[in-house]
Amino acid sequence: MKKKNPVFSFFASVKLALFTLFMLAVTSIIGTVIPQKESFDWYVQRYSESTAKLFEVLSIPDMYNSWWFLGLLGLLSLNLIVCSIDRFPGVWKQIKADNLANDLSRLAKMRLSEKWDLDKTEAECASELTNKLASNGWNSAQRKRDDSLLIFAQKGAMTRTGVYIVHASILVIFIGAIVGELYGFKGSIMLPETKSTTSIFQFGSGSPIDLGFEVRCDRFDIEFYDTGMPKAYRSHLTVLEDSKVILEKNIVVNDPLTYKGITFYQSSYQGYQDFILSVAEKNTDTSESVTLSFQQRANLSNHNNTAIGIINAEMRGQSVSRIKIWFKDEQGPASVFWIRAGDEVTVQRADTEYIIGGKQMYATGLQVAKDPGVWIVYIGCGMMILGLFVAFFMSHRRIWLLLKEEHGSTSILLAGSTNKNKMGFEKTFSSLADVLKSN
Amino acid sequence: MDSSQLLGITTFTYLFSTILYAVIFIFKAKKLGTPATVFTVLAFLVQTAGLLLRWQESYKIGYGHAPLTNMYESVVFFAWTIILMYLLIEWKFKTKVIGAFAVPFAFLAMAYASFSTGINKEISPLIPALQSNWLLAHVVTCFIGYAAFAVAAGLGIMYLVKNTSESRKTTNNESLLGTLPPLKVIDDITHKTMVFGFLWLSVGIITGAIWANSAWGTYWSWDPKETWSLITWFIYAITLHARYTRGWGGTRIAWLALFGFVSVIFTYYGVNFLLSGLHSYGSN
Repeated sequence: MKKKNPVFSFFASVKLALFTLFMLAVTSIIGTVIPQKESFDWYVQRYSESTAKLFEVLSIPDMYNSWWFLGLLGLLSLNLIVCSIDRFPGVWKQIKADNLANDLSRLAKMRLSEKWDLDKTEAECASELTNKLASNGWNSAQRKRDDSLLIFAQKGAMTRTGVYIVHASILVIFIGAIVGELYGFKGSIMLPETKSTTSIFQFGSGSPIDLGFEVRCDRFDIEFYDTGMPKAYRSHLTVLEDSKVILEKNIVVNDPLTYKGITFYQSSYQGYQDFILSVAEKNTDTSESVTLSFQQRANLSNHNNTAIGIINAEMRGQSVSRIKIWFKDEQGPASVFWIRAGDEVTVQRADTEYIIGGKQMYATGLQVAKDPGVWIVYIGCGMMILGLFVAFFMSHRRIWLLLKEEHGSTSILLAGSTNKNKMGFEKTFSSLADVLKSN
Repeated sequence: MDSSQLLGITTFTYLFSTILYAVIFIFKAKKLGTPATVFTVLAFLVQTAGLLLRWQESYKIGYGHAPLTNMYESVVFFAWTIILMYLLIEWKFKTKVIGAFAVPFAFLAMAYASFSTGINKEISPLIPALQSNWLLAHVVTCFIGYAAFAVAAGLGIMYLVKNTSESRKTTNNESLLGTLPPLKVIDDITHKTMVFGFLWLSVGIITGAIWANSAWGTYWSWDPKETWSLITWFIYAITLHARYTRGWGGTRIAWLALFGFVSVIFTYYGVNFLLSGLHSYGSN
């Protein structure tokens, strides 16, 4: 045994763990009561000048990233590491212990033990009992001890590591978070339809971050339920490199687009007062789009003497629901019709048909994130669930059989122990004893 | 028969279950044990049918989502998980008196869902943020945890009641509290229930984090609901460590079971009304 120095003992102590967890729980409340990440002026207005200054000093406005909160998390990590260094070797020794070298006198004193005799030789008993053990899932080993034979079997030795898997999982999650913080970014962009960008703006600082490729919003739509509640926000995004289309996807909330480790999430939108109209002629297969303001008209460039305009529009809340369109080509009087925003209709003209679509112009609000640490965090989460399950619901169960032959009869001692769930093991033990005793 | 009728009936059947278990406890009417269990199982089945029917009804309207998306639905589901948890504990530990301390939570939840005026019972469509397969996993795992903590709190009350009278030396097998299981047994079941809840709360927080990441690109944003779920997690983590390593038990653990449940209720309910954040859709 190495001599423990007091500093090491302090950082390995459960007292420190309880203190740190308690402090984390209590201080965490602050940030749920005092709104976070507002401006200094906001706090002055909401509280007072002096309170706002005090908040500033204590980093309350961004407390979960403050030196003292991160310090508490660091203390927790240090505690976990030192505690594991302190205790794990002992646990490992128990896992790897040579249970056939046990002190034989201790077996009879175990809480769970049974004794009986068999009119058979030691060897006969041994093979019979080990077979019975094996058929019940207990793989045994044996060793001659003086004038008796010791048989040992165990289950779940590795379950003793459960607690340490949980402790390690917390550290793995922290590492994942740090990796994300160092090598990732979070930002956003408001991207108008038809426009593209090669950079986005970082949260907080607002400084631009280069994406390394181009992303374009081709189209944004809102769908509504009959009740008027929004049903879906959908952006059609295209990823381009050197003006070549690489990837296209319709994204909605909960279904983002990822390219080169950067993920684009549908998060908000902004409606413009302009409209986007599309005209496609069926015969010639030519199509084009124009952007128009309310009650404006424009001539189309791909079709001679053809023009389109917006006469009227209906609103639902902040969004346009119907558009009244005016359309005229070289032949005959103009067509005037309503269409639902986002829809297309076929318009029959003298010699040809057009498919005309119209919608309000939007900008899609995208959250953009790169987080190479997220998989580390997920591995940590998986470890935590696994570790909790092992630590809470699995136990290290050990049984010994001591056989001693005397005058053609063999006395048998069965003993067992477990590190957890004593009541459950008692049942297992007594039913196993019944099996072993039966003929 | 529609789901609201079935769920309305459930409120009264859980009241009746509560009364049955109270009678077993107060009048030591052990003969009522089996009827109480049978009745509670039936009430549970009625509620299950009600929940499934509501699920089907949402598909008929064209919304098509599990009945777990607003305060009414979550409170009803909370009651359902409490009864499920209680029945499992009764079956595993063969003790019926616990019903007098656990079933009332389910009744109170149903009564609140049914009679509160500030609660919208309509089946409403899902807003885009909630349209995810993680919804089911997140809500179900959280509520299994919540229900376990509710039962643990009931057991904590039971422990404290019995302990108070024992320390006054008024308890003998003839008295009212003699029907309660021995303190050691209550303590053991309380602990096991909390352990079970802690595992599910952890899974609930993790599924929530994964969902948040797939919706917003951030698995943890210190939103008040997230933070309070973590505070609750800390409280139970402290409780479990105190027990495992410092040998805490009895009264202290019983109080922590109660204290933890207060934090659960605040996480579940208080946050939606008193604090603002990402989970605000749960407030209607």
